[in-house]
Amino acid sequence: MSGDNIIKMANDIGHFYGAEPLREDAIAGIANHISRYWAKRMREKLVEQAQHQDCGLEELPLAAARRLAAPTGVPAAAKIDGG
Amino acid sequence: MLSIVEQDFGTPRRATAKRVTLTIDGVEVQAPEGTSIMRAAAEAGVKIPKLCASEQLEAFGSCRLCLVQIEGMKGLPASCTTPVAQGMKVTTQNPQIADVRRGVMELYISDHPLDCLTCPANGHCELQDMAGVVGLREVRYGYEGENHLDAVKDESNPYFTFDPSKCIVCSRCVRACDERQGTFALTIQGRGFESTVAASQDEPFMDSECVSCGACVQACPTATLSEKTLIEKGQAEHSTITTCAYCGVGCSFRAEMKGEELVRMVPDMNGMANHGHSCVKGRFAIGYTTHPDRVLKPAIRAKISDPWREVSWDEAISYAASELKRIQAKYGRESIGGVTSSRCTNEEVYIVQKLIRAGFGNNNVDTCARVCHSPTGYGLKVTLGESAGTQNFDSVMKSDVIFVIGANPTDGHPVFASQMKQRLRQGAKLIVADPRTIDLVRSPHIEAAYHLKLRPGTNVALLNSIAHVIVSEALVKEDFVRERCEVPAFEKWRTFVAAPGNSPEAMESVTGVPAAEVRAAARLFATGGNGAIYYGLGVTEHAQGSTAVLGIANLAMATGNIGREGVGVNPMRGQNNVQGSCDMGSMPHEFPGYRHVSDTVVREMFETAWGAPLSKEPGLRIPNMFEAALAQEFMGVYINGEDLVQSDPNTQHVAAALMSMECVIVQDIFLNETAKFAHVLLPGSTFLEKDGTFTNAERRISRVRKVMQPKAGFADWEVTQKLANAMGYPMNYRDPSEIMDEIARTTPTFTGVSFDRIDELGSIQWPCNEAAPTGTPTMHIGEFVRGKGKFMVTEFVASAEKVNARYPLILTTGRILSQYNVGAQTRRTENNQWHSEDRLEIHPHDADERSIKEGDWVGIVSRAGETVLRARVTERVQPGVVYTTFHFPESGANVITTDNSDWATNCPEYKVTAVQATRVSQPGQWQKRFRAFSEVPENPVPAAEVFNAK
Repeated sequence: MSGDNIIKMANDIGHFYGAEPLREDAIAGIANHISRYWAKRMREKLVEQAQHQDCGLEELPLAAARRLAAPTGVPAAAKIDGG
Repeated sequence: MLSIVEQDFGTPRRATAKRVTLTIDGVEVQAPEGTSIMRAAAEAGVKIPKLCASEQLEAFGSCRLCLVQIEGMKGLPASCTTPVAQGMKVTTQNPQIADVRRGVMELYISDHPLDCLTCPANGHCELQDMAGVVGLREVRYGYEGENHLDAVKDESNPYFTFDPSKCIVCSRCVRACDERQGTFALTIQGRGFESTVAASQDEPFMDSECVSCGACVQACPTATLSEKTLIEKGQAEHSTITTCAYCGVGCSFRAEMKGEELVRMVPDMNGMANHGHSCVKGRFAIGYTTHPDRVLKPAIRAKISDPWREVSWDEAISYAASELKRIQAKYGRESIGGVTSSRCTNEEVYIVQKLIRAGFGNNNVDTCARVCHSPTGYGLKVTLGESAGTQNFDSVMKSDVIFVIGANPTDGHPVFASQMKQRLRQGAKLIVADPRTIDLVRSPHIEAAYHLKLRPGTNVALLNSIAHVIVSEALVKEDFVRERCEVPAFEKWRTFVAAPGNSPEAMESVTGVPAAEVRAAARLFATGGNGAIYYGLGVTEHAQGSTAVLGIANLAMATGNIGREGVGVNPMRGQNNVQGSCDMGSMPHEFPGYRHVSDTVVREMFETAWGAPLSKEPGLRIPNMFEAALAQEFMGVYINGEDLVQSDPNTQHVAAALMSMECVIVQDIFLNETAKFAHVLLPGSTFLEKDGTFTNAERRISRVRKVMQPKAGFADWEVTQKLANAMGYPMNYRDPSEIMDEIARTTPTFTGVSFDRIDELGSIQWPCNEAAPTGTPTMHIGEFVRGKGKFMVTEFVASAEKVNARYPLILTTGRILSQYNVGAQTRRTENNQWHSEDRLEIHPHDADERSIKEGDWVGIVSRAGETVLRARVTERVQPGVVYTTFHFPESGANVITTDNSDWATNCPEYKVTAVQATRVSQPGQWQKRFRAFSEVPENPVPAAEVFNAK
């Protein structure tokens, strides 16, 4: 999978959730969406990319990617709404 | 001519509850108030002679054949135009009436050729029938005087003949064109004896405004308007009801047959989606089913540069399965997948996704809905709780304000458009939001109250500014919102849209729509009564496609326009079974019934039902498959009835991905563009060659019935089953009904569905289960499927595809009436006479600046690629916007579209591509390479040369 496309897709998701008034809601929304709709190999690529400086991820999706990388992560498809 | 088996009751059914009692020929009968005497009699089994009457049309009263005697009334009133009344006593037959009818018939026949034995309508001609019914035995007037018997036939339409010598000027064709189709292309010109039917300004049909829907042909009581196939083949001897395989309207047709030969397709008067109407595609463009291009033999090849080698079914299936297994052994379980088709039946889609999930052992299944309505599935699930439209088509007849955004119903969904136009002619108001001036904006007796001519890519900005007006002017249906929706989410949304940045004035510079028009349209939608929203790919195929769907649902909820007839959110589904293919679990994250693969309870239920472990991980979407292929992680794909190369954006990228794979299996009725990159070719079957069901845009499940044996030997579901068995995953369905029974066992919204039940009810709108045993025409009554409706914040984000000095125009794409999507079917019919090439629509101002004239070759360059099309200079498009259809592969429309896609679903942003257009002298390099690649298969130009060069 192309890292550039993964970054672009994550940033696009971030632009939607960026309208959430609360930063925490935005990050949770992004992480939940990616967890729910992306294949595992894409999530892993995102997490890998997020470890690099200047990976191109914007602030909110970067935070979401780090949350996905956490040991507890985000359960796959925990929520239906909010993406 | 009506279908060979249908009975016509003369005038339309009246649905009033109040019934009146009258006496017809001494027998007491009851009928709904407003019913004609003719219909009441017909329903009671009394046939009154008629010629100008048809139950498809309002009564006209011109032929004077249906005269009856009514006690207490003077003269002999026409039974078609006289409504029943309480206590009325009607006599349908006595010597006086018989005498008048014979006189009328004598006059008709005196100017009608007596060639019944060689006439195509012989045996099913209403004039012939009526002559028999009234007992006409002689014509006293002779043929010596002036007559119309030498009138010249109009053969210009490729599908039907107009023979004016047989015309009795009953006006049924004219009224069908007006009332049913709404085109008003036909008229009666002249007066008295000089009266004749004329198309437009007395032009040949092909040069007129006629859209060849066939309504006039069906309405004609004689052989004046006859299908050419009927003239050529003679009348059918049996008919079978089936469902059209073109657009998402899902019209019901009678396939009239002689043995296994199709004579003609006649729209079914009892069809609940189309009510006996049709369009030029479903009615006539059926020639592709027997076209010599049909692939009838399986074939394989090791490399795409090799020639195809025809093999037996067993060898092809065995080779395909061994390759898929080899690839999985080499690259891992996740290295293969498949694509389902919205052209296939529900049953076929279900077993393809089952094969992939249970047989391949992963969730790498996706569908062509990815590139059209995946944002609908996402957006409506999130807000309303179900990935489907909320209404039936008939709902539009109770709408007061119809808001059409990003849809072109008269071209894309013509039969429903005719119903919508009926309602608009009755007085419903119309708001159109579209960058182009689509036909609906101004057509006979219809004019949009507002045409919001927005810039491509700004739907969300427009929807937000409409919402802003509704919120800031206190037009929200507060009681509905408080009762039916999540209030905190609503409050968050209200605060968001009320922000000054979302006002029409602030957004005017973005959308290009004058703020005053937006405000007026918003007020009309919010206060005009029942407001219904209809949208299409002009909404979904954007980087913010899902956001726009969310915005549409927000609008419907805020104005209380959901949960009853006449309102709702109505996605105009593109292909015949887009809804069904999504329902059947084609998306990589969802099992059938839109249940996530991570849901343990659901997954375990399917594991038990399917006898195989299932993955809890979402699989790859189509564009992800391409990416993974280029990374050598996805190496084999089973493509069932889908043409990825022509359909998907950035053709070069798609082609490169396919060329990276080691086994591409294409199952299709034609050697489509994708098949050029395939290693295994499995012949497909048409909708005439198999049993199953399609689900249309209104969630209506209708039967597809086999009328002929599969020309390649097997129906598609049988081929998939063979592949599954060869892969080591057993499937042993004996009939598609068994597949539907399994769907019903495993999918809560389909619990009550079976072939028998559909046969019994005609069709069924899901959900159909214990709570709704006959189906659900209107969803979300009383409560949303998700409980409370959820408002979502929908901030406008401009497309990444920007215009600049190098690419100053925005290209957007769409469809045309006579062609269908990638054109694989319609390009192989006479429909090419209406549209033989894709053209670039360009505004006169932009054309002038570039010295482009009508018909010139125009080079179009985008950041992705370049192609050449002929120009159509027209004010339909606004300055700065160009437009083309994508029905012909050589046009290369998707050579220039980009990889940008919807943030939520990866639905491609077909509708926004920055381009430059310049006049050129000849077709471009793309076309030359394409032709070289396509037309010399035995010595092909290397695919890499075609698709890698820009």
